[in-house]
Amino acid sequence: MPETTKAEVRIKFHVTRYNPETDRAPHVKTYEVPVREGMTVLDGLHYIKDNLDSTLAWRYSCRMGICGSCGMLLNGHPSLACNTQILHIADANLTVGPLPNFEIIRDLVPDLFTMFDKHRSVKPYVLRADEREINDPAGEFYQSPEQLESYLQFTYCIKCGCCMAACPTLATDARYLGPMPLTAAQRYNADTRDEGRGARNGITGEPSGAFRCHYAGECSRACPKGVDPARALQLLKRRLVLDYLHLARRTAPCEKLHGPGSGKLLPDTTAAPKRTVGLG
Amino acid sequence: MNGTKYWTWHMTAGVVLLFLLGLHMLIMHMAAAGHWFAPYGTDADSLQNSLFRDGKLFFTVTYVLLLGVALYHGLYGLRTMLFELTLKPAVEKSITIVLLVVGLGLFGLGTWAAVAVHGIALAGARG
Repeated sequence: MPETTKAEVRIKFHVTRYNPETDRAPHVKTYEVPVREGMTVLDGLHYIKDNLDSTLAWRYSCRMGICGSCGMLLNGHPSLACNTQILHIADANLTVGPLPNFEIIRDLVPDLFTMFDKHRSVKPYVLRADEREINDPAGEFYQSPEQLESYLQFTYCIKCGCCMAACPTLATDARYLGPMPLTAAQRYNADTRDEGRGARNGITGEPSGAFRCHYAGECSRACPKGVDPARALQLLKRRLVLDYLHLARRTAPCEKLHGPGSGKLLPDTTAAPKRTVGLG
Repeated sequence: MNGTKYWTWHMTAGVVLLFLLGLHMLIMHMAAAGHWFAPYGTDADSLQNSLFRDGKLFFTVTYVLLLGVALYHGLYGLRTMLFELTLKPAVEKSITIVLLVVGLGLFGLGTWAAVAVHGIALAGARG
């Protein structure tokens, strides 16, 4: 069966350009790109780089909405360039800019360091009183499907920064932790393997933390993975208040069942490969 | 945890305020019709009815509580709005101190007034 040729449409890409070494301020440059149905904004940017202007810079990696590298402002909406088809958002013109609320390194490349500094500050990992387990994780922990469900949605975050770019509070107050780090805090607080909520509450409960959020909800609209950071933030706020009033239900973190090799394997289960790290 | 602490009390003050304002509306606009807390006619604002309520410890305590929660809720709300302007930390600290002083001053003045009126009402009742 012969492949049908799709009609090409010419779309004007209005791309923000900025080179801190030569430009005083960001400016917009327009490129005309032939677009076929199914082409993503990332494809369009590749066309520009390959055929029109090889100096254009942006960040990308996986091309399939997993790595979170290609977050940018498309027609005023923070989105992933690889996950957005041009003809879904543009008829004749498409504006492409770097994510707002971040410094620009060059052209469409935002400086995400501030976001990752804030992310690191909320201790986004499982904290256990058992130091040995933290340093050399070997245990297995039981979680019921309900317990998993309580935080699963928040694990889908790919740290693309779209929620941070959409947040109106962060736009006016750079000290605010922002939706991504606070969602990460809620993700680990809700994890029954974790014992670090008290340590995180000290950070997320600060004036620049969860209560700086005014629930505009733009973060959830912008999130390309459906994480719903606004919901995570409301859950985090509720937990902070209950913890402060000592009204939170006391739940012990789930017990370590057994280490590798010491448990009872189900029949026909392939043995785990031998350890390659932490030997001796 | 300061953010949590202030915000929790802000919300709590809001709920208490709602309850106390409901009580106020009930007494001032509805209860007088049934002569509750207003034995001298249906005008809850009349001097006799006001002195009758002022002479009761329950009302004096309620006035002071209403004043306290209203001041905290209002001034903390104002502080939150001012902080939206993304001020320098030193300016934010100054605003906090000014609002604290204003709040404590108004609370002291209002408490003094409520207690003084309570005393006047009691003296009047004794003749």
